[in-house]
Amino acid sequence: MSGLQRKDLLDIESLSVEEIKLICESARYFKDLFTRSVKTVPVLRGKTVCLLFYEPSTRTRISFELAAKRLSADLINISVATSSVVKGESLIDTVHTLEAMKADIIVMRHAVSLAPHFLSQNINASVINAGDGFHAHPTQALLDAYSIMEKRGSLEGLHIGIVGDILHSRVARSDISVFKMLGARVTLVGPPTLVPDEFRKYGVDIAYNLDEVLPDLDVIQMLRIQKERQKGNMFPSIREYHKLFALTSQRLDRCKKEIIIMHPGPMNRGVEIQDAAADSPSAIINEQVTNGVAVRMAIFYLLAGGAPLEGINKE
Amino acid sequence: MKILIKNGRVIDPANRIDRPADLLIDRTTIQRTGDSIILKEPHEVIDASGCLVLPGLIDMHVHFREPGREDQETIIGGSIVAAKGGYTSVCTMPNTTPVIDNQALVRFIKLEADNGPINVHPIATITKGAQGVEISEMGELVKAGAVGFSDDGRPVMNSLVMRRALEYSRMFDTPIITHSEDISLTEEGVMNEGINSVLLGLKGIPREAEEVMIARDVILTRLAKGRLHVAHISSRGSADIIRRAKEEGIDVTCETAPHFFALTDAAVAKHLSMAKMNPPLRTEDDRLAMIEGLRSGVIDVIATDHAPHLSNEKMQEIAYAPFGIVGLETAVPLIISILVKEHGFPYIDAFSKVTSNPARILKLEAGTLSEGSIADITIINPDKKVRIDEKFITSKCKNTPFLGMELYGSVECTICNGQVVYRKK
Repeated sequence: MSGLQRKDLLDIESLSVEEIKLICESARYFKDLFTRSVKTVPVLRGKTVCLLFYEPSTRTRISFELAAKRLSADLINISVATSSVVKGESLIDTVHTLEAMKADIIVMRHAVSLAPHFLSQNINASVINAGDGFHAHPTQALLDAYSIMEKRGSLEGLHIGIVGDILHSRVARSDISVFKMLGARVTLVGPPTLVPDEFRKYGVDIAYNLDEVLPDLDVIQMLRIQKERQKGNMFPSIREYHKLFALTSQRLDRCKKEIIIMHPGPMNRGVEIQDAAADSPSAIINEQVTNGVAVRMAIFYLLAGGAPLEGINKE
Repeated sequence: MKILIKNGRVIDPANRIDRPADLLIDRTTIQRTGDSIILKEPHEVIDASGCLVLPGLIDMHVHFREPGREDQETIIGGSIVAAKGGYTSVCTMPNTTPVIDNQALVRFIKLEADNGPINVHPIATITKGAQGVEISEMGELVKAGAVGFSDDGRPVMNSLVMRRALEYSRMFDTPIITHSEDISLTEEGVMNEGINSVLLGLKGIPREAEEVMIARDVILTRLAKGRLHVAHISSRGSADIIRRAKEEGIDVTCETAPHFFALTDAAVAKHLSMAKMNPPLRTEDDRLAMIEGLRSGVIDVIATDHAPHLSNEKMQEIAYAPFGIVGLETAVPLIISILVKEHGFPYIDAFSKVTSNPARILKLEAGTLSEGSIADITIINPDKKVRIDEKFITSKCKNTPFLGMELYGSVECTICNGQVVYRKK
C-alpha cells in the first residue's frame, strides 16, 4: 500500500477507516520532527500548494501554511480581500487560473457547502477542504481524532460529547463521522433549535441536559457559540445559554477524572467555556493546535503520493 | 401530399385506444387510422415498426426566456428543442423580462412562434408585473391568446388577490396556475430540508413551504368557485391535499415534473447545482408518492419546467447558482424508462399526462388522434436506448442532472400540423 489512493480530501465520509488510521500514523511521525531544531523536511520540494480562502480564517490558514512550509513546498496564499474575487471573478475562472500556474494542491475554505466538491470536479490538482459552509471540516476532525488517540490509544468504546451549535458547525459534522467510524459513541448536546433531530438517524444520541450526560463522558468537545445566532431566535440570551451549556468549574468537578476537554477554537472564554475548564490539566486545546500542523503535513504528504511511514519510524 | 405512418402501435389516450394500426395524414389533419391502409395516389411513407404512434406531446410548463434572456433560450430555439423531445405544443411561462402581463407581449410570443416548428401557447401573469397586487387584464390576455395565468416563481402571497384572480378568471374558464410556495418558509434554502440538507450543511426548503400554500390555494378555489392548476408538485403531502380537494369536488388539477419521479435529494451531493431546482428534489417516499399520484390520477399532468441556464450561471457554488434544469429532451426517456418499464404504467395512462390531460385543462385542440383532428403526431421507439450526454441535449443550455444516463425511449419523428418537424437521423 502506498499513500492515499485519492486525488482529494473533501470530507470524512469518503475516507475509509484504514485511510484515517494511515493519516494519524503518519501525523505521529511528522509530530516527532517538531522536537528537532530543524523542523523542515524536503518531501514537497518543487510542489506548489495554494491556499484559497474565501472566508476569513487565522488558525486554519496558518496551520496549513506552516504544514506546507515544513514540507518545503512553494506556497501561494490567496485570501478574499487581496484577490480578484472582489472584482467578481467566478470560482471556476479563479481555479482555471491556478491550474494554468500549475498548482499541485489547492486548500480551500469557502462559506458555501460543497464548494470544494464543485472545485474538485473541475480541476486536476488535489483539493483539500479547509472548511465548507456548515458541511465539513475534515482536517479539523482528523486532528481531533488524532489528539484523542494520542491520549487514549484508540477511540474504540469512548463516549464523546459534542456541545453547542451543531446546526451551524462543520466541525461537528466531520467530528461525528470520524468519531463514529473509529468506534466511539457520540452524544450531541444543545438546545433543539441548534441540534437537528435528523442526526439520530445516523446513530448519534441527542441530549438537551448537559448535566445528565456529563458524568458519563470520556471526551467533551465544546463548540464556539456565535452571538449572532441569538438574532435568529436560536436561543434567548447568552446568559441562559451559558447557564445551560457552558463548561463551568462546577461542571468540571462532575466530569470523570480522566476527561479530555477539547475546543476547536477560537474560544469564547466565559461563554461556552470557563477559564477553569479551558486551562485545566484535562484540556488539550493547545495540543490540538500542535497536532493540527502534524495532521495537515501528513495529509499533504500522503496526497502527494508519499508512502506510509511506519517503516521509517522503526528505523 | 399525404403521409402514411405504417406498422406502428397507435396510442390515443383521449379515445382510450392502444392497438397496432396505420395512420393517414391528409395535409394538416388526421384522415383516419386503420389496418393496413393502402393508398394509390402518391404519398410519403413513414415506417413506424416497433414504435408508438402518439398524439403530439404537450408540455404545459416551459421557460423559453424570450423576451429578455435570449442568450439562454429563444422562442424559436426552444421550439426546435421541444420538437426534438417529441413535443408539438408547449406553454411558455410569463416570468420573462418584461413579464407577459399585456396583450402586446402575448401577441409577440405568438408572432415569434409562427416562424417556429411547433405550437406555442403563452401563459400570462395573474397580476400586473407579477407583483401580486393588482390582477392582470385577463379578458384582453385571453383574447390575445393566453391559455392560462401564472405568476410562476413569484407566488401570489396576498390571499385576497388570489381569491379575486380565481373569481375573475371564471368567466374565461381559464385556469390559474400556481407555483405554490410560502416564500417566508423557504428563506435562503437551496435544497429539500431533511437528513441530506442537515448532513451537507445546506439551508433547507421544507416541504411545508409548498404544502401550506397548496392548502391555501385549494381552499380559496373552493371559496371562489374558480379553477386551479397547481404546477410542479413535489411532495407526498401536496399530493394528499390535492387528492382530498378533488374528493371534495374542488376544481383543481396538478402537474409534477419528470425529475420528481426520477430523483431524490440524495442527488444533490453528487450533481450539486445541476440538481438544484425549486421546488427541490425531495425524498424517496415523495418520489414514490409522485408515481402513485400519477397512477391514481391525483396528478393529471407531467410538465417539464424546462428552465435553461447558461453554464457559467450554473457552474458556481451551489448557493449562488440559479434554480432549474432543462427537461424537454429527457422527459420521454424518463416517462418510458421509469413509469412504463419500471413501474408498469400502461402507455395510455403514462401518455395521457402529456397529451389528453393538459389539452383538457387548457382547452387546446390537441392531444388526440381522432379522425379530423389536427395532425400533431409523435413517433417513439420505446425499446431503443438513448444516452443522455452533451451531444444528445441540443438545448443551448445543458443544465441537467441526467447527463451520463442511459434510458429507454427514443423520439424518432415529430409531426406538427401535418409537417415533419423532427426526424431522428
